[in-house]
Amino acid sequence: MNSSNRLWLILFIIGAVLVAGRMIMSSNGMGKAYVQAVPVNPDAENEDHKWTIYEQASLTDYNKSVLADPNQTEYLFSMSRTLGVWFAALMTIFVLSFLIRDNPFYKFAEAVFVGISAAYWMVVGFWSTVVPNLIGKISPDLVRNWALPGLGQDEHSELLYLIPLALGLMLLWRLSPKGGWISRWPMAFIIGVFCGLRLITFIHADFLSQIRNGIVPLWVEDSTGAFSFWLSLRSVFLIVGVLSCLVYFFFSFEHKGIVGKTAKLGIWFMMITFGAAFGYTVMGRIALLAIRLEFLFDDWLWLIDPTDKRVEAVVSMLGLF
Amino acid sequence: MKRNIPLLIAMIAGFVMIVAYFIPYTETWGDTVIVWFDILAAIAFVLGGGNLLKVHLKKASDQVPGWGYSVVTIIAFVVMLGVGLGKIGVNPAAKYPEFAWSGSYREVGAPFWWLYEYVFKPLQATIFAMLAFYVASAAFRAFRAKNFEAILLLATAFIILLGRTAAGPALTSWFPDSIEGLEADKLTEYLMTVFNTAGNRAIMIGIALGTASVSLKILLGVERSYLGSGEE
Repeated sequence: MNSSNRLWLILFIIGAVLVAGRMIMSSNGMGKAYVQAVPVNPDAENEDHKWTIYEQASLTDYNKSVLADPNQTEYLFSMSRTLGVWFAALMTIFVLSFLIRDNPFYKFAEAVFVGISAAYWMVVGFWSTVVPNLIGKISPDLVRNWALPGLGQDEHSELLYLIPLALGLMLLWRLSPKGGWISRWPMAFIIGVFCGLRLITFIHADFLSQIRNGIVPLWVEDSTGAFSFWLSLRSVFLIVGVLSCLVYFFFSFEHKGIVGKTAKLGIWFMMITFGAAFGYTVMGRIALLAIRLEFLFDDWLWLIDPTDKRVEAVVSMLGLF
Repeated sequence: MKRNIPLLIAMIAGFVMIVAYFIPYTETWGDTVIVWFDILAAIAFVLGGGNLLKVHLKKASDQVPGWGYSVVTIIAFVVMLGVGLGKIGVNPAAKYPEFAWSGSYREVGAPFWWLYEYVFKPLQATIFAMLAFYVASAAFRAFRAKNFEAILLLATAFIILLGRTAAGPALTSWFPDSIEGLEADKLTEYLMTVFNTAGNRAIMIGIALGTASVSLKILLGVERSYLGSGEE
């Protein structure tokens, strides 16, 4: 065993011992999930049409319910969701372990993520687009009797939708080692629609509206009708900023003399814009990291309790509510 | 056939979208084309999944180094796909109890939901969260305050980070009234509404012009790189 593997083994053992210690030392345990069983019986006349759904419940609800009736069956410990919390915690740690360096745990989590995410988007595309918009258009009766009973009765078969079906099949031809050109037809359709759509929306929503919003009065008065120096300065900065940045993007003239100086000012404005974007990006990622750490320490390890949910649970267990 | 028809398809599809915007009579054409586009986008996910399976099956069968991870990917893919497409563990919709497949594929408590909630979501969030470290370290290396532009960028990022958290107002709230505009939260607000707006506005105008010109070039058949090399 080389030193690297030895280090990982030691880290793994330390982690496992700490988690086991946490489990043993806590009276309530950790990382448990509870559910509330809600019977569903939409058709009272038909006993076959009856099932139970399980909604997320808190430890407090569970404790209160058990205290009131130890044999109750409404609030239950959920093994599947508890396993889910543990699996999610392990996956989180595996991914974070990459911060030390690349390792087999991270690679495992990465492989799982790639497979899961590809299948997830396929399933979403199938149930939310292919079924209602393609199969539902070509054969509405089939879809009505199968997955979408609420599909309108006035929906009739539209054979025009055989075209996107054919284009879709041609797109899948790309997987074949031969005849790659066949997939160019659907690709051309996708690119053509995208271009047509973007041409209009960018001109309308970005180009025109940005120019319209950029044309503001330089002499600004406040609510009392008096000249406002600060508001006017704000407008001047806005217009000067936009114009100088546009000059920087204008490459038909060499950036020398007055053009160069204006372009330089444009760069400064853009640096401030990029700085703001950078600040927000870092902040967003740190917020995500905080959420993951909160998940580990709150939902899994039960070491912190920012919303007092387990304090309530202990109080309810003691019958103090 | 191999190059001219795709050019024609792109042209017709694109101009239908443009015409649909200007002529109300053709608005439904545009709506139909959008639905077709969505269908093809959904089928493109199938293409992506198929390609993933193809690549990883080859790696696993060739037993290239790290092929075990390819097996993990294939298993994760097949399991997620199976439970999602098969609506495993999904109850019928309460409104249509006689239709077994009428329930939502995202039903809470079903295996697909479990995999989304306890595998996909935490993995995605953690991978994005990790970028905090890499963005920060990359920025530190790339934007070390070597010149005035880099100082502007870093100073703005610092002020934004300070002004948008509780630390900023707490550290600068003691500023006297004469310079209260320099308090972190107020300075952040000013930077965002004036300097950031100006820069973003110019960038958006530039992007819009670029997009419009490239779109026109593609629709008119001037830009053909999306058709590939033409060897096949």
